[in-house]
Amino acid sequence: MTQTLDRAGQAKPASVGLLWRVIPPGLYGGRAGMLVERSVVVNRRAWFVLIGGAFEPMLFLWSLGLGFGQMVSSVAGPDGRPISYAAFVAPALLAASAMNGAVYDATFNVFFKFKYVKLYDAMLTTPMGPMDIAIGEISWALLRGGLYSAGFLAVMLGMGLIVSPWALLALPVALLVAFAFAAVGMAATTFMRSWRDFDLVQLAVLPLFLFSTTFYPLSVYPGWLQVVVSWTPLYHAIELMRGLTLGVVGWGALGHVAYFAVLAAVGTVVAARRLGKLLLD
Amino acid sequence: MENLVEAKALTKHFGAFEAVRGIDVEVRRGEAFGFLGPNGAGKSSTMRMISCVSGRSGGELKVLGMDPGRDGPKIRARLGVVPQLDNLDTELTVRQNLQIYGRYFGMSRQRCREKAAELLEFAQLGDRADHEVEPLSGGMKRRLTIARSLVNDPELLLLDEPTTGLDPQARHLLWDRLFRLKQDGVTLIITTHYMDEAEQLCDRLVVMDGGRIAAEGSPSELISRYSTKEVLELRFPPGARKPDLERFADRVEVLPDRLLLYTHDGEHVLAKVHEQGVQPVQSLVRRSSLEDVFLRLTGRTLVD
Amino acid sequence: MQTLKASWAGFEKSWTWYRRNWQATAVSGFVTPVLLLVALGLGFGSQVESTALIGGVPYVQYLAPALVVVTALQGATFESTYSIMSQFLWQKSYVAMVATPITPAQVLYSQMMWIGSQLFVRSAVFVGVAALLGAAAGPGILLAIPLATLAGLAFSAPLVAYSATLEKPDAFTTIFRFVLMPMTLFTGAFFPVSQLPGWLLPLVWLTPSWHGIELARGAAFGTLDLLPASGHVAYLTALVVVGVAFGVRFFHRRLAV
Repeated sequence: MTQTLDRAGQAKPASVGLLWRVIPPGLYGGRAGMLVERSVVVNRRAWFVLIGGAFEPMLFLWSLGLGFGQMVSSVAGPDGRPISYAAFVAPALLAASAMNGAVYDATFNVFFKFKYVKLYDAMLTTPMGPMDIAIGEISWALLRGGLYSAGFLAVMLGMGLIVSPWALLALPVALLVAFAFAAVGMAATTFMRSWRDFDLVQLAVLPLFLFSTTFYPLSVYPGWLQVVVSWTPLYHAIELMRGLTLGVVGWGALGHVAYFAVLAAVGTVVAARRLGKLLLD
Repeated sequence: MENLVEAKALTKHFGAFEAVRGIDVEVRRGEAFGFLGPNGAGKSSTMRMISCVSGRSGGELKVLGMDPGRDGPKIRARLGVVPQLDNLDTELTVRQNLQIYGRYFGMSRQRCREKAAELLEFAQLGDRADHEVEPLSGGMKRRLTIARSLVNDPELLLLDEPTTGLDPQARHLLWDRLFRLKQDGVTLIITTHYMDEAEQLCDRLVVMDGGRIAAEGSPSELISRYSTKEVLELRFPPGARKPDLERFADRVEVLPDRLLLYTHDGEHVLAKVHEQGVQPVQSLVRRSSLEDVFLRLTGRTLVD
Repeated sequence: MQTLKASWAGFEKSWTWYRRNWQATAVSGFVTPVLLLVALGLGFGSQVESTALIGGVPYVQYLAPALVVVTALQGATFESTYSIMSQFLWQKSYVAMVATPITPAQVLYSQMMWIGSQLFVRSAVFVGVAALLGAAAGPGILLAIPLATLAGLAFSAPLVAYSATLEKPDAFTTIFRFVLMPMTLFTGAFFPVSQLPGWLLPLVWLTPSWHGIELARGAAFGTLDLLPASGHVAYLTALVVVGVAFGVRFFHRRLAV
């Protein structure tokens, strides 16, 4: 967790110049951290719900160990060697839960605050700008997601599903994945008009969750479909995560990282610009 | 005297719709300044531009001597804003609403705590400090929103329709709080479509209609300039033909249910009307108000 | 007769709403289960080497009847939580209904009729798709349609009663997470409950989903015996009756004038 804070702290001065060029002036007050503080205060009272969020992926993990794993004795791992089904699915679930949490936070929660409680309108009458809001909300989503991911990794370790020290990188990678999905999700939210549009979020997230080689290897698909799947974001996250927890890491991993870095940057800028346009007109 | 707000030929349009069509406004330090006008006159759009949450489409605008387009965050740091609709943080308690809002201004936690305690007192919400926001009454929410806007000790406080939707008792309580702020030297800008509110609170005001300024002055100046001392109101049954009484008054306004006779002596005119054998259902002599000024300037009533 | 007529009026109101907003339920009610069936039944199923655990049948056929029940339960949960609260608190349509000669009990009956018919239609559509995907073991899967509807109602009725007592939606997240989710995963839909530790089984037997899945799967494979089947049906029916009884009380209390 300190890692994200450090990163955010370091990233600020370096990126300000760039942001200034992409974002009209006056949109950033440099106080995104206050929005995180607000979320902490809100969730201090709802800690039960907060902890509960970690429960779901654990249930999945447990159901794998108990049930699914008994039907599938082994699957081809990232390097082609057979591995246990649980070791195959667990890292995928970690990636998927990073995605789910981030998308939920950045879409439903943001939309609610934006449209109904007019929270951001109130914030914008202070020195904070839309950029603070975008960064603040995404940071909170990351902190929360990081907490869940850490818990999940601990359980994986306890179940003997982590076999490589590379797995230490799984947490920052989970945060990067969450960042990218949160940024894109938030950007998408600024285009939504009513709750009905959130069915589209569901329509995007569920197929990603189910078909991005979460539960079975890519080889199940016919060739052309393999190509399509290999373009989708969650597939990259899962590949990366599987490689890390199983210790199969190559230069290709950097490509996956770059994929998410681009998504994150584009998402943040679009989200901040759109928020600015919607809130400051 | 120093001007906190200076606008010249300020305009705002949303697509083809022109909300503000070139207004000149100066607000001096220490005064209570009002925008009076019906809904849709362009008051809120003007307020949003002054509070730096809405860009201007044309003209010049300086707030606290700075350009809102460039120095938005810097200006907002010294403003207090009370929006038309309460946008309190429903996930926080009453006290937390004040504390966290203070944090948005970069104030220290210690300072936020002190300020929150002080403002709870001011807003008379001390006994609700640790309650949820949602169940508060409309008047309480309004007072909390005003208290919140004071967290950063603003030099300029913007209030958009501060008492719309409140019952008379809650309104008076609120006006009392605003008087105290005025006494403490806070500059107030208020929009309202209630003439009594404008008369009570404002040292100076502009009457807005259709995105333009129709007149400017203190309430009493405006009344003496655009109206007579007294008004005789004569009410007739619906549908009844209204008699021609033009010759008895300086000016006559014909409303659907009433005639308004503008004169310096209402009782005298009433007596003459009775002499003519005209029998209104109801008659009333009253002093002129900003409502009459508005009617004179625009030919319409403020609240319709 | 009067009650039936009045309840029907409430039902019509729901139908009118649905005609305008059916897309929303189409996603949760139809697309979701079909995707699940394809991903898990066919995708994951392709990895299953040993089917001894599930009685030697193809995994997708094992999964399909249970998925009908699970889908019905999930649909029932959503229809019995936010939707109920909204009609009390936000849209206030219940409040508007009791301003007419319709009684609070009739409001509840019409709501349950509405939920039941929704579940039935969704289950029927899903069974149709499952058959097209080759997931039907035999014509017996048709019985899964009324059985899933019954199981859905058995969860819905007590939940509707509970929702009628709430002022805030906060408890719903907890229900989704700690009741619906475990019920989806661990009551025999995806793998046999025999895999679970013994101490957990009594808990499983309490869930409507386990009874529903036992019934639907038994019907699909034609392995249903009369005695256990009537036991399951009786349990589910009892849940509906008890739930509605409480619901009538809570609706009366909430909507009393």
